[in-house]
Amino acid sequence: MNIEKATVLQARGLVKRYGHVTALDGADFDLYPGEILAVIGDNGAGKSSLIKALSGALVPDRGTVKLDNETVNFKSPMDARNAGIETVYQNLAVAPSLDIADNLYLGREQLRPGILGTVFRMLDKKAMHDNARQKLSELGLLTIQNINQAVETLSGGQRQGVAVARSAAFAKHVVIMDEPTAALGVKESRRVLNLIKDVRDRGLSVVLISHNMPHVFEVADRIHIHRLGKRHAVIRPDTHTMSEAVAIMTGALDPHEHAAGAFAA
Amino acid sequence: MANSSTLKTTETADHELVAASASGEVASFEAEKLSLVEKGHRFFHANPTAAPAIVLLLAVIVFSLIIGDRFLTPFNMSLILQQVTIIGILGIAQTLIILTAGIDLSVGAIMVLTSVVMGKMAIDIGLPPEISLLIGIATGALAGYINGLLVTLFRLPPFIVTLGTWNIFFALNLWYSKSETIRSQAIEQTAPLLHWTGRTIELFGAKLTYGSLLMLALFALIWYALNWTAWGKHVYATGDDPGAASLAGIRTNRILMSVYIVAGAICAIAAWALIGRIGSVSPQAGMTANLDSITAVVIGGCSLFGGRGSIFGTLIGALVVGVFRNGLALAGVDVLWQEFTVGLLIIVAVGMDQWIRRV
Ligand SMILES: Nc1ncnc2c1ncn2[C@@H]1O[C@H](COP(=O)(O)OP(=O)(O)OP(=O)(O)O)[C@@H](O)[C@H]1O
Ligand SMILES: [Mg+2]
Repeated sequence: MNIEKATVLQARGLVKRYGHVTALDGADFDLYPGEILAVIGDNGAGKSSLIKALSGALVPDRGTVKLDNETVNFKSPMDARNAGIETVYQNLAVAPSLDIADNLYLGREQLRPGILGTVFRMLDKKAMHDNARQKLSELGLLTIQNINQAVETLSGGQRQGVAVARSAAFAKHVVIMDEPTAALGVKESRRVLNLIKDVRDRGLSVVLISHNMPHVFEVADRIHIHRLGKRHAVIRPDTHTMSEAVAIMTGALDPHEHAAGAFAA
Repeated sequence: MANSSTLKTTETADHELVAASASGEVASFEAEKLSLVEKGHRFFHANPTAAPAIVLLLAVIVFSLIIGDRFLTPFNMSLILQQVTIIGILGIAQTLIILTAGIDLSVGAIMVLTSVVMGKMAIDIGLPPEISLLIGIATGALAGYINGLLVTLFRLPPFIVTLGTWNIFFALNLWYSKSETIRSQAIEQTAPLLHWTGRTIELFGAKLTYGSLLMLALFALIWYALNWTAWGKHVYATGDDPGAASLAGIRTNRILMSVYIVAGAICAIAAWALIGRIGSVSPQAGMTANLDSITAVVIGGCSLFGGRGSIFGTLIGALVVGVFRNGLALAGVDVLWQEFTVGLLIIVAVGMDQWIRRV
């Protein structure tokens, strides 16, 4: 490996077992400032478990996580969120019976100014709705007729739009997206990819989990290949081809046999 | 594998060009033509209290027609309000629990236990009635805390937890009271505050008790908490999908604990209303209150699967039961048909909920 660069988010030796199943088997992870890191791997390779360990959604049995070179012990997604890490989970984590604005502000509600907010804890519904509408239209992710619409009345893709919008709108440091385009149409996927680039251009770091190789090769600065609960290799779109990436991912190609090596940084 | 990936790239480029040239609008539909049933479904989905409100309105109209002048008088209406006061207050506690996808079989037992605590503190120990009342409310909160702890920390199903604590609280109540009733006169002499909920004020011929007004105030308070505070949103989100809520950053166990504690305290307020209504403190009172409170919540349109329903639905649900019982009694119908009708209402309400929940 080459000289240590400052990482935004780093993990070493993460282990997570569910009964007999080992989801993470000593996984390492490095995310650098202002980059888009794609994470690819077969189904069940442990990608979602990895990002859950990074975002506080699961507490690993072993291993360390460092944010800006300081060890952190996130106990809940809220802890990670307070540290500036926003996550789009694979199952979206939206509350179906609440409306779109409520969902965008879930867990970070805005209170009315003055005594209404401080003493009566009254929500500033108008401000939240107005901001939600503005944020959604800025992102151009989805046109919503009615911001008061319950999320359960949206299509799967629209719900994904809400989850992606939530992460992009509030992120301060790192955005993690677990298959954010899985349910999206061509046009909507394109918008999400552009959004990911915008977020990077704002100086944030992005982790993108995806099974879509063209998307990965288009936006990623580096590609983390996850296999059997471990980081198997890290490649770059300009050192490897898509077919080589898939071959490494499935175990058909030993990454060390490639001219660029297993850890091209 | 390799070939298909490279093929995909060129393909992607082409179809994305087409997509990019399409209009900016994200899929929208022509003005939809909905059948009457679909329109009804949408309406009830968006307004969960509409169905019980319609039932209440129809019941009032039908009973007015059958019974005549005796039914729709301010006096009779206030009588119904008095009759639903205790169930209404317990229904508020029950609604909170059911919104979190739980159920509380112990509300009645908490009420009776706390009424005994209030009576004993004031009469036997001789504490000031205000302090006795507060100790009673704290006891209710503690009982709720125990339920909440068993549900969150030990991850036991609420149904089983509260089935157990129902028996435990009831046994404690019999032990502590020695199965003895505290007489109304004794309360009136030393702790008239405990009777306050039974006092009436007259308004246009209606006889409202302070207990009924207290119930209405509690409904308003909890409505505010559920609809205008972050706590309320979190209660709904937790009941809807606890996994998603916790990923979204909500500390679901804390929310559940707070709900059980608040529910316990509300049961103690129901105990106060109970003392005002029957005058004495009886360890045998309110035996049917458990199931009646669930009935009010269910008829009020709250989903037993959690996350859906409104607090005022429960008030309407309690009133529907009250109106049917009162109307059927005035019409001279045997009590057993009152039970029969309430049973029918429950089944219809749950059937409606199943239909409405489908998106
Ligand atoms: N909550 C859980 N309980 C038990 N086993 C789990 C749980 N979550 C994940 N696993 C197991 O851990 C392994 C890794 O799962 P994970 O979801 O991290 O994979 P993934 O790489 O994200 O897969 P996919 O591409 O299908 O999303 C799988 O074998 C899965 O069965
Ligand atoms: Mg996954």
